Amino acid sequence: MRGTDHQKLSIADLKEMARQIRRDIIKMLMISKSGHSGGPLGLADIFASLYFNILKYDPQNPTWPGRDYFFLSAGHLAPVWYVTLARAGFYPLSEMSTLRKINTRLQGHPAPGYTHGLPGVEIASGALGQGMSIAVGATIGLRMDQKPNHVYVLHGDGELDEGQVWEGLMTASHYNLDNLTAIVDRNFCQIDERTEKVMKLEPLADKWRSFGWNVIECDGNRIEEFLGAMQEARNFKGKPSVLIARTFMGKGVSFMEDDYRWHGVPPSEEQGKQALSELEPTKFGDFVMFEWEKEVPEVVK
Amino acid sequence: MVSIQSKGEKATRQGFSDALVELGEENPNVVVLGADVSGSVKVDAFAKAYPDRFISVGVAEADMMGVSAGLALVGKIPFASTYGEFAAGRPFDQIRQSIAYSEMPVKICASHCGITVGPDGATHQSLEDVALMRVLPHMTVISPCDYLETKRAVKESLSITKGPVYIRFFRDNTPMFTDEATPFQIGKANTLIDGTDITIIAAGLQVWEAIQAAEMLQAKKISARVINMHTIKPLDREVILKAAKETGAIVTAEDHQIHCGLGSAVSEYLAQTLPTVQEFVAVRDTFGESGKGVELMKKYGIARDDIVKAAKRALKRKKGRRGEKAS
Repeated sequence: MRGTDHQKLSIADLKEMARQIRRDIIKMLMISKSGHSGGPLGLADIFASLYFNILKYDPQNPTWPGRDYFFLSAGHLAPVWYVTLARAGFYPLSEMSTLRKINTRLQGHPAPGYTHGLPGVEIASGALGQGMSIAVGATIGLRMDQKPNHVYVLHGDGELDEGQVWEGLMTASHYNLDNLTAIVDRNFCQIDERTEKVMKLEPLADKWRSFGWNVIECDGNRIEEFLGAMQEARNFKGKPSVLIARTFMGKGVSFMEDDYRWHGVPPSEEQGKQALSELEPTKFGDFVMFEWEKEVPEVVK
Repeated sequence: MVSIQSKGEKATRQGFSDALVELGEENPNVVVLGADVSGSVKVDAFAKAYPDRFISVGVAEADMMGVSAGLALVGKIPFASTYGEFAAGRPFDQIRQSIAYSEMPVKICASHCGITVGPDGATHQSLEDVALMRVLPHMTVISPCDYLETKRAVKESLSITKGPVYIRFFRDNTPMFTDEATPFQIGKANTLIDGTDITIIAAGLQVWEAIQAAEMLQAKKISARVINMHTIKPLDREVILKAAKETGAIVTAEDHQIHCGLGSAVSEYLAQTLPTVQEFVAVRDTFGESGKGVELMKKYGIARDDIVKAAKRALKRKKGRRGEKAS
């Protein structure tokens, strides 16, 4: 069984889906009035590519044993993940409007599955730097059982300040985990300032290489290029691969683009309307508001 | 009073080691993680017997906890091993988010706990680990009292399939006084000696000290009950309440800081049910130093003599309290 066969979109549709994801993020944040705008908008192309071309999964059976494992290490990027999971059919579209509200499954940062967790979310994240180690553990465990599942982990670039990430990088290359692919969202922005001002990361590719990784640099806002780089990563044997994907924070919304001040804040009503006017509606259609009483899923009650 | 005898000495960490080798044979999903102290914490025996299921992560405890969470996520049963301070203190945030909040069935195995680790000094004397672990939701905290109980606790920990377990043990050889006939069930305390005047509730190495203290008290015609509270979380409330009702005075004894350990757990519970006179035998809000384990136990006030003194204080207060009630 291939969980994604019915999900694969053409390049043109992937681009349209990425735009829809951006619209959904804006609408979601306008409703929640809380959450991160910049990073999620910059990642829309990568998430459209992951969930509508690359990952194997079954939204009807989120714990399908044949699935690829995806870990969002930088948990604050949750809005783009939540939106994409809804679009991929893991939960109802209208539930997107419950982000950060009481009793929601769309917790401010991803929650584990047993209580508030959303289908498709494997483990909690939010305190930064923990995803690489988890991905390494999952990859080692799967390899012990000769399972072919691929493991993906996405890090923010500012997150790489956390020492634990580099511990995990060493472990991944020590065990030659070529079933593991990391993605770095390289937008050069973190909360306080530009990344190179807060804590210099460059030469970033050289750092990963020196830790024993196969490094692929690509444009994370160009879907064709990203898909090609992912293919290259999956084909590479003997070492784990990382895609250092150059993205632009706030991509698609003129007044947010490449501005670190949009890291952790939602748009106001007016800014949200302005943003939506810059993102043309798509054939996928916007989500409608969630009505708690009528639609609240059993799991939340 | 039933006399409890030591049948020789062996280290609790050896119990951990022997349990792992047996578990490796019994369950192919058992995996062990080491952080460059494999010989000291005695996971080397497992590594030798099952090299494909031993994962060295280097001196990187934060990574070890994350890797353990990932292994648990894909169906493995990971035992993450290192010294207490580096098992609970250093990777606390990783345990909190990736393991406890995420309800991953990881076994966190902490050797060399307490002040009794001795010569290594304060940096390596884990006196805060029970506090750190028991405050976490979903966490089970076990502090076995001797070699065999440690072995049984490690094996029994497999029965916990949701959420993590923290198992605390020690470096030195210590008396073996439990046997296969001694009951052991996680969450169920053992009353080792029955008594009517006072109850000593102890965990880990302090259980043996408590037994000795009870005998010393017996010589002075004081009947002390001794409870082995090997599971600090979840606490066996029933046995505590019964002891409080029947003996009216409690001494808790542990190789840990006075704050937030076993004594606090007992006190928190009794404050909400039956406030009872209680004295705490524990390290009194200070860091340790180098020395032999037995020397440090005396200097830092957690030896059998200290339990006896605490029992006398508690009995005095109990008597005073009765006086108050009468007036």
